[in-house]
Amino acid sequence: MGEFFRFCVACLREMKRGGPVYWAGLALLGAGVVAGFFAYLEQLREGLIVTGMCDHVAWGAYIANFTFLVGVAAAAVMVIIPVYVFHHDPSKRIVLVAEVLAVAACFAALLFVIVDLGRPDRMLLMLPLLGSLNFPGSLLAWDVIVVPGYAAINLAIPGYVLYREYRQREAAPRVIGPAIGLAILWAIALHVVTAFLFVADVARPFWHSALLAPRFLASAFASGPALLLGILHLVDHRTSLSLAPEVRTLLTRIVTAALQVNLIMLGAEVFTELYRPTHHSLSARYLFLGLGEARALVPWFYTALSLELLAVAVLMLPPLARRTGPLLVACGMTVIGVWIEKGMGLVIPGFIPSPLGEIVEYVPKPVEVVLSLGIWCAGGLLFMLLLKPVVAVKSGALRQAQ
Amino acid sequence: MSDRNADGPRHSRRDLLKVLGAGAVAGAGGVALSAAKALGEAAEASDSPGFWSLFREHYREMSRAEVSAMVARLERKYGRQYGGEVTVETTPAPEGVVFGYALSLDRCRGYRDCVHACARENNLGRDPEIQYIRVLEIEGNEVKLSAGVSDYDPEQVPQPGKRYLPVQCFQCDDPPCVQACPVDATWMEPDGIVVIDYDHCIGCRYCMTACPYWARRFNWKSPSVPAEELNRQTHYLGNRPRPRGVVEKCSFCIQRTRKGELPACQQACPTGARVFGNLLDPDSPIRYVLENKTVFRLKEELGTEPKFWYFAG
Repeated sequence: MGEFFRFCVACLREMKRGGPVYWAGLALLGAGVVAGFFAYLEQLREGLIVTGMCDHVAWGAYIANFTFLVGVAAAAVMVIIPVYVFHHDPSKRIVLVAEVLAVAACFAALLFVIVDLGRPDRMLLMLPLLGSLNFPGSLLAWDVIVVPGYAAINLAIPGYVLYREYRQREAAPRVIGPAIGLAILWAIALHVVTAFLFVADVARPFWHSALLAPRFLASAFASGPALLLGILHLVDHRTSLSLAPEVRTLLTRIVTAALQVNLIMLGAEVFTELYRPTHHSLSARYLFLGLGEARALVPWFYTALSLELLAVAVLMLPPLARRTGPLLVACGMTVIGVWIEKGMGLVIPGFIPSPLGEIVEYVPKPVEVVLSLGIWCAGGLLFMLLLKPVVAVKSGALRQAQ
Repeated sequence: MSDRNADGPRHSRRDLLKVLGAGAVAGAGGVALSAAKALGEAAEASDSPGFWSLFREHYREMSRAEVSAMVARLERKYGRQYGGEVTVETTPAPEGVVFGYALSLDRCRGYRDCVHACARENNLGRDPEIQYIRVLEIEGNEVKLSAGVSDYDPEQVPQPGKRYLPVQCFQCDDPPCVQACPVDATWMEPDGIVVIDYDHCIGCRYCMTACPYWARRFNWKSPSVPAEELNRQTHYLGNRPRPRGVVEKCSFCIQRTRKGELPACQQACPTGARVFGNLLDPDSPIRYVLENKTVFRLKEELGTEPKFWYFAG
């Protein structure tokens, strides 16, 4: 136990060690967090009236970002499965990066839920057992359990693996095997539960579709690994943790396939809603075509669609996808495309028109934008800090003193 | 046996230590609990439950003494806030009563007197203005919600060729909002009224997304009601002043109807379009409507079983 404590201290010390670029990165993200904090203070002082939300559009940018980030978190499993199920050894070096990314994504996702609450002071009522959690009735209660649980699993596994490496030992299969099995199941559950949060609403035909959960998974398995691929290039560039070509090929294939599946499902959705539109198709029409004067999301939707189509085109052309520049651009387009499509593009049309047929549009207010950026920075900050000991142990710089 | 005897004292010493240890743990736990409780009580006394509401029991599990202490605290708080006396009642559901509502679409002329009477009776925030009842103006004879507008503003109502459809919380018998709430802050009472504990709601607004009738409202800022306009007869689960950041909705005027009075919207309607009563009483006017008129409910296909019917005639 004492040794484990020393390991934790060594990890924390490692977080303080870094060049000017590392510190500049931390400072930049820290500044974003501070800005977000002030935006949150403003929101706490005035109430959620400072956001663009209203009784008609009761959820906005916060829940949209939450939904997207849950997807990023779940995508770590796309590296875990190849490594631990199919023994794709080159990916073993970077699997911990994916898990650390999942922790940071869960953390930011939880922050997005908290800032969306009208009464954050009563947040602890959501604690299982201690509070009065409505489990299993409420799908939000499921999310309250699943998101922190997933973060804990993805903190525990890298913690254990790194500790063993720090002591120059292999991770014991009887520990790591079941843990990985749990992590895989939990990742799928995490994303399905979050999809069901929306699917459960019979009041909102736009969400009440069996396709929603599979589409959540497909878009997550595109955007998560795309983000990871970008991060791994950066890590490869800045640290001693290199990105093997096999890993790059694997992740590229995963992003391509998931994006293709996502686009097929999107096509199925567009056809179903638009070929013979019923009054249940109004939300989809609002997103794809606009409803009369109300068309705030239409340009966003076509941006997302074009980005995803372009990305899939680049990824499917080997001469392009093999080159780092185009590959990274394609990854960027995937991330932004899915962020629009599965963030605001999923949450907002559910409210338009309202269940009584009224059309009130939503545009995020500055407070929401700054606070959202702040939470993204907080997630980035946590990711950078957690990545530091991972790189140090993996490169052999951090070892138990003999 | 002799061995055992020899070990006897040592065992008992160990047992004693165990007991002492357990006692210490229990004692520490007890101290922690009572400290938490004291802090909770201190918070209650200071009239701002805030963080300590974690240690607050669910309304339905409170003892009579706890409820009356809480009500006394609220009355003091509202008294300070608005001056004068404010009563917070906790009248329970009467035996053998399930409330139901019916509304004649032929009689409704779209005057919206119900909307404003409701706002006054229920202490609804004035700025931004909260309204529990939404009256939709619909072209022709078709009841198609997407064709309705709520911000109609002609010189005179009714307009020729228009119909008026008031919508409010239907107190569904299988309410999706109650199922959605992650912390049990909203539930259905034995008299069929779906209520909200404003001191328990965390403001996540999941119930608002779950309601197919858009019946729930959120306090985006602190609701403002001028002291001279405040209805000082309130119910804990109904029209007592609300804090900011929580959800609220129509409670069939729980503060009136549980005492045998009629809801404010029913009383205000100049055309007598509204019929309210006990669904379990075969002689009630609501039962007469249900048995003798052509009735329908909104979005019946969703299986929410509203206790609110529209009828012709």
